[in-house]
Amino acid sequence: MQKQAIFQSKLLPYALVAPQLAIVLIFFYWPALQAMIQSFLLQDAFGLSTTFVWFENYIDLFKDPAYFEAILRTFFFSFAIAVSSLSFALLLAVMADKPLRGSMLYRTLLIWPYAVAPPVVGVLWIFMLHPSLGVLSRYLRALGVDWNPLLDGNQAATLIILAAAWKQISYNFLFFLAGLQSIPRSVIEAAAIDGARPMRRFWTVIFPLLSPTIFFLLVVNIVYAFFDTFGIIDTMTRGGPGKSTETLVYKVYTDGLLGGNLGSSAAQSVILMIMVIVLTGIQFRFVERKVTY
Amino acid sequence: MANVTLRNVRKTYPGGFEAIKGVDVDVGDGQFCVLVGPSGCGKSTLLRMVAGLETVTGGEIDIGGRIVNGIEPADRDIAMVFQNYALYPHMSVYNNMAYGLRNRGMAEAEIRTRVDEAARILELTSMLERKPRQLSGGQRQRVAMGRAIVRQPKVFLFDEPLSNLDAKLRIAMRVEIRKLQRRLTTTSIYVTHDQLEAMTLADILVVMNGGQVEQVGNPLAIYEKPATTFVASFIGAPPMNLMSTRPEEIRSQLAGSAAADAGILGIRPEDFVITDQTPDGGVALPLTVEAIERVGAETFVYGSREQEEQRVAATPGELPPGEIIVRIPGTDAPAIGTRIRVAAVRAKLHLFSADGRTRLEA
Repeated sequence: MQKQAIFQSKLLPYALVAPQLAIVLIFFYWPALQAMIQSFLLQDAFGLSTTFVWFENYIDLFKDPAYFEAILRTFFFSFAIAVSSLSFALLLAVMADKPLRGSMLYRTLLIWPYAVAPPVVGVLWIFMLHPSLGVLSRYLRALGVDWNPLLDGNQAATLIILAAAWKQISYNFLFFLAGLQSIPRSVIEAAAIDGARPMRRFWTVIFPLLSPTIFFLLVVNIVYAFFDTFGIIDTMTRGGPGKSTETLVYKVYTDGLLGGNLGSSAAQSVILMIMVIVLTGIQFRFVERKVTY
Repeated sequence: MANVTLRNVRKTYPGGFEAIKGVDVDVGDGQFCVLVGPSGCGKSTLLRMVAGLETVTGGEIDIGGRIVNGIEPADRDIAMVFQNYALYPHMSVYNNMAYGLRNRGMAEAEIRTRVDEAARILELTSMLERKPRQLSGGQRQRVAMGRAIVRQPKVFLFDEPLSNLDAKLRIAMRVEIRKLQRRLTTTSIYVTHDQLEAMTLADILVVMNGGQVEQVGNPLAIYEKPATTFVASFIGAPPMNLMSTRPEEIRSQLAGSAAADAGILGIRPEDFVITDQTPDGGVALPLTVEAIERVGAETFVYGSREQEEQRVAATPGELPPGEIIVRIPGTDAPAIGTRIRVAAVRAKLHLFSADGRTRLEA
């Protein structure tokens, strides 16, 4: 049953939503519209003249192999970040779900990393893994690993994935813990009586019952890896070495702000916008359904 | 097939709370044992200890001649039916029943035979492919039963399995459970707070209160000879009338018998008759009729005694002191406000010590 409020004046409801609408329009729709317009324009190198070029910016993008590399790289990063942070968070949540002494403290501590801003995360990991400053780098070299993420693209990528996944673990942990606690104890007990050992119980009962949570988090993590890793990349590698850690979002920044190619940058933003819309659509379509198993 | 023996079983929680204070029960092979008691009496905890879901902090639990204290629930060869059914929501009815068999590595063909047989008995054959959420409460309950019976365990454990069903279905399922248990002759332990369910299902009834066993025995024997005032008022509805024997009115009527010094007199509502005579050795009480309840086949007469006091409430909040319930057949009852005299014969008197803990023979 939906409650229908009755207003005396026809203007009052509009007046009440106006502040919210103004914020959305000024800070979300207007920039988005600007980006769209910009993506159809081509500016000369000095910014003196602007030409309307229809879809030329987009066509150029799709002809550019570097752009496809960035797409593939971003997909790989998202996948690696989502899988590693999800699986580690799930492991921690399963451990924290047990009735332990001091479990509240343990849980609270696990949530803290989420409060750390992405650039700070980047700095923290640099302190640990910088080839000349890093604490861990010394041990890695002592173990015979030629650790130098400033030169080795794969190592740089690993570093970004580690830092980005680490930050997201707390968030995933919270949802997994809530998901685990919403599974009725008696169902687990029934499985125990039915002869399922802890591992089998986990994979045949707990994991399937968590699947709605897992799916929800998967989408959230992919969106996070796509967009919110900018701060981490910027502080740690600036997209380098070479272009080995340049994701789509970082490329928007380098092409537009550093490279001065505003038209192409805007076109890339629009493509990213479409990707978010699709991901959010998937999330709404599947996750918002009440029963998923 | 197995018998279940509990020897001085205790449960103390880490905080020091003693949930089970030394319980001894012996359930014979194929018997249906019902644990009954008010909420918080420890009956569910005791059942969960037998299942292996709660640790045992003292005493021994013996299933089929094997001490199972340290054995995992999976290895105790028991099956349990939970109050909320605890079905696996993501599995079909078939898979819910097959799960326990698959975990034990049974061949798929044998699983199919057993599940089909259980489904036939429980009338679930047409629902094998459905998910639990597509079933009604009664059907879910039957799936939970099916999951227990396909395993062919030594012991069935039931934890208030009917309390989530509506009254009519509860009675139907109660009969079903009894028939099924008779047919399979599997030793069963059943927990309930409903004394009617307990009376109708049990071969052996265990009445519990405050973590202790008040009385163990055949349900009718317990009804006829309750060992304590707690059992007297808990078993039977409406409960037994309990009154102090201190007032002269009652003491004089009991004179000349060993019971004269007893502390509490109990008389069941149906053992009273409205009469002007005093049966030899029996007890008669004058009452003022305060309320009448006609339920068709019988009528309950609520009367107050002359002296206001005396009724010793075994469990608090049951009847105001001095009130007596009389159960008479038919609908022919005295009018409200009239004064009547009710009497019970000697053989129907129950006498207890003043603290209500000991039954005295009349």
